[in-house]
Amino acid sequence: MKHPVAVLFLAGAALQAQVPYERIVNGHKEPGNWLTYSGNYAGHRYSGLPELTPANVGNLRVKWAYQFDLNRVETSPIVDGGVMYISAPNKAAALDTKTGRAIWNWERPIPADYQSIGFGRVNRGPAILDDKLYVATLDCYLVALDLKTGQQRWAAKVEDYKPGYSMTLAPLAIKGKVLVGVSGGEAGIRGFVDAYDAATGKRVWRFYAIPGPGEPGNETWAGDSWKTGGASTWVTGAYDPELNIVYWGIGNPGPDWNGDSRKGDNLYTCSFVALDGETGKLKWHFQFTPHDTHDWDATHVPLLVDTEVRGRMRKLIVNPNRNAFYYALDRTSGEFLAGQAYAKQTWAKGLDDKGRPILIPGMEPSEEGVLVWPSLNGATVWFSPSYSPQTKLVYVATREVGSTYFKREAQYKPGTFFAGGGETRIPEKEQWGAIRALEVASGKLAWEFRLVSPPWSGILSTAGGLVFSGSNEGNIFALDAKTGKPLWDFQGGGAVMANPISFAIEGKQHVAVAAGRTLYVFGQ
Amino acid sequence: MLLLAAQSPHDAIPDVALGKRIFASQCAVCHGEGGTGGRGPALTHAKLAKAPDEESLRKAIAQGIPPEMPGAWQLSVREVASVAKYVQGLGTVLPEKLPGDARRGAQVFGAKGCGGCHLVDGVGTARGPELTAIGAKRNGAHLRTSVIAPASHLPEDYLMLEVTTAAGRTVRGVRAAEDPFSVQLRDAGGALHSFRKGELKQWRHLAGESSMPSFAKQLSAGELEDLVAYLAGLRGNQ
Repeated sequence: MKHPVAVLFLAGAALQAQVPYERIVNGHKEPGNWLTYSGNYAGHRYSGLPELTPANVGNLRVKWAYQFDLNRVETSPIVDGGVMYISAPNKAAALDTKTGRAIWNWERPIPADYQSIGFGRVNRGPAILDDKLYVATLDCYLVALDLKTGQQRWAAKVEDYKPGYSMTLAPLAIKGKVLVGVSGGEAGIRGFVDAYDAATGKRVWRFYAIPGPGEPGNETWAGDSWKTGGASTWVTGAYDPELNIVYWGIGNPGPDWNGDSRKGDNLYTCSFVALDGETGKLKWHFQFTPHDTHDWDATHVPLLVDTEVRGRMRKLIVNPNRNAFYYALDRTSGEFLAGQAYAKQTWAKGLDDKGRPILIPGMEPSEEGVLVWPSLNGATVWFSPSYSPQTKLVYVATREVGSTYFKREAQYKPGTFFAGGGETRIPEKEQWGAIRALEVASGKLAWEFRLVSPPWSGILSTAGGLVFSGSNEGNIFALDAKTGKPLWDFQGGGAVMANPISFAIEGKQHVAVAAGRTLYVFGQ
Repeated sequence: MLLLAAQSPHDAIPDVALGKRIFASQCAVCHGEGGTGGRGPALTHAKLAKAPDEESLRKAIAQGIPPEMPGAWQLSVREVASVAKYVQGLGTVLPEKLPGDARRGAQVFGAKGCGGCHLVDGVGTARGPELTAIGAKRNGAHLRTSVIAPASHLPEDYLMLEVTTAAGRTVRGVRAAEDPFSVQLRDAGGALHSFRKGELKQWRHLAGESSMPSFAKQLSAGELEDLVAYLAGLRGNQ
């Protein structure tokens, strides 16, 4: 006999997928929520909420704060239906947005022999789809949690952490699939982008960021160097639902500072790749830094922008790169359209008409050391840029630091550093930074707001004409999106090394960002 | 065989050159070439906060410091000891033979009023850099130049500033803190001033300037050497 309650329950479960894919695609229609890492699939980190403006942003006050039990919080929250979902290394929690109180907590133990080789123990955020929250763990599992309770639905082993694979990124949930990439570019891994079935955790496809023997591009690696060539994929990509293309940034080749054993361009390191969302097959690639020897990963959130270039509407993918150049490409083909330096750089004379750097000789790391701008952390790094469709400006937190690069021996041993050198930065007093606004089609500087030290904070732009970011000195601040004029700031008591978001609590616009170990939520 | 070899006394003797090589290929990734700092902390201090002695340093290298620093399980006991020896030397100037007399130098230090700005072993005025362990950080030549031409060797975090308020008042001093929105400085009298940058007419970094006067003309050649010997002998609180 059928039980009427059970029937009702099943029917309800089928109907009530909380965050179907279509809601994320159409996220601009509900700006009060924040449904994917970058706010939208195009990577913009832009909030359509217009309530906060240059005229009233000075009224922002802390509404509540949440303290993590770790020193460095890089999480970019997801918000839906009055609940904020946050993550930390091997942890996640759901917070009531009205009060900041935790509704549930989830934790997966970090194995005692786990080691972060070449990066911090951090986590940059969760992903949401249907009735689940997805978290990537340090020990390289993708875990699906029940949105309502935080209970585990499934855990998929992505790779073995012991040789150096790890995950710190926020997954990217698209239709029916959850995508992740890996860290480990200093440990001689072979990086990849994986897609998992959102319902079951079964792997659907894997794209190796280094082509294997017989595949096009493998010839850009001398000998067996492709096997330990790095090409990590540790920052969340972007997605074009119409083209069904996933765009992902690929990390540096290994060993980082000694390229002797890996002669060639080392595809697809330091590149953007365009992958078929259904199969993971490569559509095109564009390499920013061929045969990199300065650790200039292209692990950035790509910005997908439709705009006019030289009188013609183009589907662009743009990127202020770690190598200090800004690039505008056609995202249907990967064709290079424009580029120029947006920060100090001393390694290339410029870009040729295909976008390939014209190298200045003698700028590779050496035994004695060679001073080059930018430093290994680049002119910008993992933290998100932002694009405002209102101002048509790209906002990027820029680091002005030079380094003396050294080349050393490198021997591959699984689970240890495979780096081949290092750097000595210029004195701290000579380092600085800025929030820069760049014209989207060209990368031309529109304005800059100077910072006293090179930043680690991402940027949020909003429909009210504001840009939010943070400083190493603990300031959380708002600038005028058109001019860069400072309008509001708050001392958060710890370095801002996180990406801000904006969302609504009971219809009122709020902004959230972490400083030090604390996540702050601001409202009027 | 390997086990026996590992236990032979020779294998426990650290080799600084070996330590330097290992450091460059395994540790400099985070700690910077020469331990000047990077992703990880600088190691150029006489005493490291998390590994103040050789034993704790060896342990830190071998086992790591959770959560950020991985352990170097791939290194042998001798290799770990070698890296430890090298790292210990990074922030420490070895005692050197200097021409001056440290005891007379202490009198010069007192007579010239150095304690009016510098603290040594808790005594003096805490205005300029503390000198309690300066001899472990700076060699004789460096100290000599610092006394004669203070601006030529400014400490890494030392910066003079000049601000002009909206009302036209000018304040000079040593930077205590600065962020994009505010600046805090101490004037020559030691008083703290805090300003919002948006409320100032201007602020300037006086890079390469020091508030310490040159003592070139106030010291005889002998007094200078004695003072340098005294400073070089200041190697920290016990």
